[in-house]
Amino acid sequence: MSNSDKVKIALVSCGSEYAGVQKELESAASSLNAELVYPEMDVSSLDTIGKEFGLEVASPDLRLMMARAKAVVEGVAPVDGVFVATCFRCAEAAIVRNEVRRYIFEDSGLPVISYSFTERTTAATLLTRMEALTTIAKSKHLLARENQEGLTAGIDSGSTTTKAVVMRDNEIIGEGWVPTIKVLESAEKALQQALDQAGVKREDLQAIGTTGYGRFLIGDHFNADLMQEEITVNSKGAVYLAKAQQGDATVIDIGGMDNKAISVQDGIPGMFTMGGVCAGASGRFLEMTSKRLGVDITELGDLAIKGMQKNVEMNSYCIVFGIQSLVNSLAKGATPEDVAAAACHSVVEQIFEQQLQEVEVKEPLILVGGSSLIAGVPKALKELLKIDVVVPPHSQDIGAVGAALLVSGFVDKE
Amino acid sequence: MAKIFIYPTNSLILSDLVERFGHKPLAMMEKIREKITTVGVDSPPINITPEDPKLGLKYAAVEVPAGVRGRMSIVGPQIDEAEAAIIVLDSASAFGCMGCARTNELTKFLARQKDIPRLEVKYPRTEEEGKDFVYQIAEFLKSLPNEEDEE
Repeated sequence: MSNSDKVKIALVSCGSEYAGVQKELESAASSLNAELVYPEMDVSSLDTIGKEFGLEVASPDLRLMMARAKAVVEGVAPVDGVFVATCFRCAEAAIVRNEVRRYIFEDSGLPVISYSFTERTTAATLLTRMEALTTIAKSKHLLARENQEGLTAGIDSGSTTTKAVVMRDNEIIGEGWVPTIKVLESAEKALQQALDQAGVKREDLQAIGTTGYGRFLIGDHFNADLMQEEITVNSKGAVYLAKAQQGDATVIDIGGMDNKAISVQDGIPGMFTMGGVCAGASGRFLEMTSKRLGVDITELGDLAIKGMQKNVEMNSYCIVFGIQSLVNSLAKGATPEDVAAAACHSVVEQIFEQQLQEVEVKEPLILVGGSSLIAGVPKALKELLKIDVVVPPHSQDIGAVGAALLVSGFVDKE
Repeated sequence: MAKIFIYPTNSLILSDLVERFGHKPLAMMEKIREKITTVGVDSPPINITPEDPKLGLKYAAVEVPAGVRGRMSIVGPQIDEAEAAIIVLDSASAFGCMGCARTNELTKFLARQKDIPRLEVKYPRTEEEGKDFVYQIAEFLKSLPNEEDEE
């Protein structure tokens, strides 16, 4: 493939080359046939950019970031997307990162994602984010698909569960859901469940799409027509199921191991954040809570609805200390209902603090992922944000539905 | 000849001044050149390797951002090696842009902690100040033992 086919991603950072992650960034980009570019600017602008930008920071490298962001907006270097990266734990960088991302997105319309790295950040961690960036930049036509056609299947190989759906002519006719143990075997089981429910044979499927952590492995196994990261697939699946394909929407996906908050415009993701550094804000925390309370995860939501989160003191959002707080509360006589409510509230509050403040929340707010089925979670989110929360039907299957919908674009070509 | 730690650590002007007076500047760009031209260190050439932030642990604890520790893995050993230091305060970016503010604070702190001759001088904003700036640095450098003294 020639250089001109490469997706150009502007790297706007305060010095990833000094944090030991440069190689990983380059490696993630090259595996997607993308190229990192560094927009040029005049060195004298470093002395004035703070005032111009309205954010006068001490760090010259953060001023360099702002100057590079301005160069991107002014089109000094033509790029397809922007990756904004700073060190995890640097408070000054966190402020600049957020403002730079908003500025680039609003003033250039380019897809932007941001990430705070540690020295242990690997290419695999960066891949999903960069893949979303390149897909949004290059494949908007793929995301424009609004109706599913033909007979297709989507498989979402998530970190905790594997979901599969079979769709025919814009309707879900079969669903499968199994815990992810061995990635391939779980995918086989989930697809078989969906096929059995749909009453069709695998060879009748016209196209298969895969997404989730295991998308490449299961994609190769099933000879999939589309293997796509979950940011774009889930956005599409969510707005499709919520019947909000046109206009603004915000998608919150609380998964087993990470969360996504995505601002969507006409079905295409714009700004998004993807958690993953902390497990305290994920489905895993709810799973551990239900285990400790001795109830099935499916019962946790109803329990939470009856409880009052205020009766339980949560001192930390960390999954370890969070569970400790819950155990202490139980020891002091708190009811399981209150503890369940506190756990749901804690997950939602952390998503609000860590992710939603970086994404503009526009209605409808669509809550998806397995945790959306735990009734206490949408309730807590509604209370916190003071807006209606939409949990669409099949909300736990959005990845699989999105994949089945998008891959039907390949049916046309036959 | 004395080994002089300079701040900003990538200032070409300071580095040049130090050399003109017969001393050895300990400068960031020299270390980076070593890093990116040494065959086998890493390819494509990068300023530091993923191992370097771990080496930076000697100067900044694990809860300090990765980029600070990465930078300190280069700057820290230079401070250790220094026999004297020149610190220019409030300089313009073009004089030697030391990027990360947190690293800068730590660098100046560590240089000040060392029991070595040190000159701290404000970045000049007028011609008069400029002349005085060079004069002060020159006098400081002349006061340090050079090769002839050693012989």
